[in-house]
Amino acid sequence: MLVWVLAPALRLHVIKEVFVKTSLLQRVALGALIAALTAPAVAGTQLTGAGSTFVYPFFSKAFYQYSAKNPDVTVNYQSIGSGGGIAQFTQKTVDFGASDVPMSSDELKRAGDPVIQIPDTLGGVAITYNLPGVPNGLRLTRKLVADIFLGNVTNWNDAQISRLNKGVKLPNLPIIAVHRSDGSGTTYIFTDFLSKVSPDWKSKVGTGKSVSWPAASSVGGKGSEGLAGQVANAAGSIGYVELSYALQNHLNTAALQNAAGKFVSCSVGNVAAAAASKPNISATDFSIVNQPGANSYPIAGYSWVMLYQHGSDRAKSKVLHDLFAWLVSQPAQSMAGALDYVPLPSSVQKTAQATLKTMTF
Amino acid sequence: MRRRADSARRSDAFFLFCVYAAAAFFVVIVAALFVMLTKGSWLSLQTFGLKFLWTSEWNPVNNTFGALPLIFGTVVSSLIAIVLAGLVGILAATFLADFAPRWMARPLSFTIELLAAVPSVVYGLWGLFVLAPLIRSYIGPALQKTLGFLPLFQGPIYGVGLLTAGIILAIMILPTVTAISRDVIAAIPEDQREAGMSLGATKWETIRSVVLPAARTGIFGALILALGRAVGETIAVTMVIGNRPVISASLFAPSYTLASVIANEFTEATSDLYLSALIELGLLLFVVSFLINAMARLMMWTVFRDK
Repeated sequence: MLVWVLAPALRLHVIKEVFVKTSLLQRVALGALIAALTAPAVAGTQLTGAGSTFVYPFFSKAFYQYSAKNPDVTVNYQSIGSGGGIAQFTQKTVDFGASDVPMSSDELKRAGDPVIQIPDTLGGVAITYNLPGVPNGLRLTRKLVADIFLGNVTNWNDAQISRLNKGVKLPNLPIIAVHRSDGSGTTYIFTDFLSKVSPDWKSKVGTGKSVSWPAASSVGGKGSEGLAGQVANAAGSIGYVELSYALQNHLNTAALQNAAGKFVSCSVGNVAAAAASKPNISATDFSIVNQPGANSYPIAGYSWVMLYQHGSDRAKSKVLHDLFAWLVSQPAQSMAGALDYVPLPSSVQKTAQATLKTMTF
Repeated sequence: MRRRADSARRSDAFFLFCVYAAAAFFVVIVAALFVMLTKGSWLSLQTFGLKFLWTSEWNPVNNTFGALPLIFGTVVSSLIAIVLAGLVGILAATFLADFAPRWMARPLSFTIELLAAVPSVVYGLWGLFVLAPLIRSYIGPALQKTLGFLPLFQGPIYGVGLLTAGIILAIMILPTVTAISRDVIAAIPEDQREAGMSLGATKWETIRSVVLPAARTGIFGALILALGRAVGETIAVTMVIGNRPVISASLFAPSYTLASVIANEFTEATSDLYLSALIELGLLLFVVSFLINAMARLMMWTVFRDK
């Protein structure tokens, strides 16, 4: 007990961490739990899925609503990470998988049976920073972001940064480049962006969910909360987080120069604009970083659901089809918008519906 | 009489069986762990061989894996922890066993043991949000000012890093060191202390030359047990160590441990070689713990043999 009495700071932080920062997720999870405990035991179809943690808040809310309307369908989704989701899907221990990056041709080969992959929602990656005296909306070019994370630009008073930010007093502080230490779809989208805008990054580092970070001042934080914590702790830090996380925690985010030369902030609207500028996406051509268009925010990406095209249990395949046909339709997608995800553009919704139609049942 | 003896013999045999079975259980578990880890890391063992142990590049993008910085981070963070926790723990144990009045010793022991019940994620959060800023703004600069001539305390201070991880680990293993050492010290017969005092020794002299030497094997055992926990601790360390696979002389620099890499990367690892390399880290962790234990025993044997 003494620990709690002696360390009010500790208590405050724990309470903040557990109850405030994750309140959205907790509310959703609590709702689902209460629903599960109070729901009468109906002999219906039980679907199980596993994978991405990024889509978890959206899936919990969507599946809860779907079960409310279709009481004979219950969906159990385990957010164990995209890699784990693909592994379980491949071993057929779950009915569907979810991943921040679609399965590669190698992974599809391992799955054996034909797989369909549809986008379920999308998100942006915001650049966040901790600079005393510098407000929200610091301007950065794509090349500067790459140079900072490569370790080529090492101080905030660098002329290349101040030239973009006239009227902002940039401190003389070394730059600390913070990355996600856990394998993550957010890192994949961010490094995909860096590879597209910087040949140096592409040849030295590459694209992946975990990469070897080159900057001499790089530090890794576990999870969005670990990264944001590290950025908040150390003045001079810069890092990247999911758009929804940045919005819900009111983090300072940078305005990036896009392919059209305009400086755009990381917002739901600007990420949607980037997605809309590439209407035809597929599981092999899915990257939407560095898109053209005056409003396109340059760091964005889709999240994916994997299903077997010819499932062995026909009745279950039908239920899966109906569930995901609803998930990629407008009503479910606007619900994603309310949770700070970016709804799928209507052209992508149509493509997803067409792909789902190829399922047999 | 005869029947009584028979049943006694039978129950004796049954008891013996249980004792052997319980002991064999541990051997089986350890062997099974070793076999599974070796099997899982086979691909990586074949691909990298011994090079895995002394190369420093950990790069999932081009499937190049070397564990040297991770071994370094694991060993150094644990050493910092055991030095700090050893100092504070043994002093606190001495106080509890020999100095504290009874009304104070009980609640104090309880408080220390309570530390062991705090989940490691709470230590991690506290480390990230309280300790790391303290180190960055106060403790680090102070150390740099006074001991900055040592390479250990040079370079930029990020807040997170080896020192922060070592301190968090030290707090986490403190209850183990203190509780066991206190019991060992309290078990030293009172007449040995009285003998020391009667020879004219002061309280400090008695403790230094009578009590602690008599309790040394037990205290050493406490340190080994605590070290085992420090080597394998995952979540709290991951949150405060900075997660960068580099070897640096500075204690302020970020580092990385074997357990942290597994925790960070296992869920999203998809290629076979990548997974295999991560399992080999598990095998290494197993071997490192084994070696630490063996070395400690060897040390105890050589140092204390002829005393």
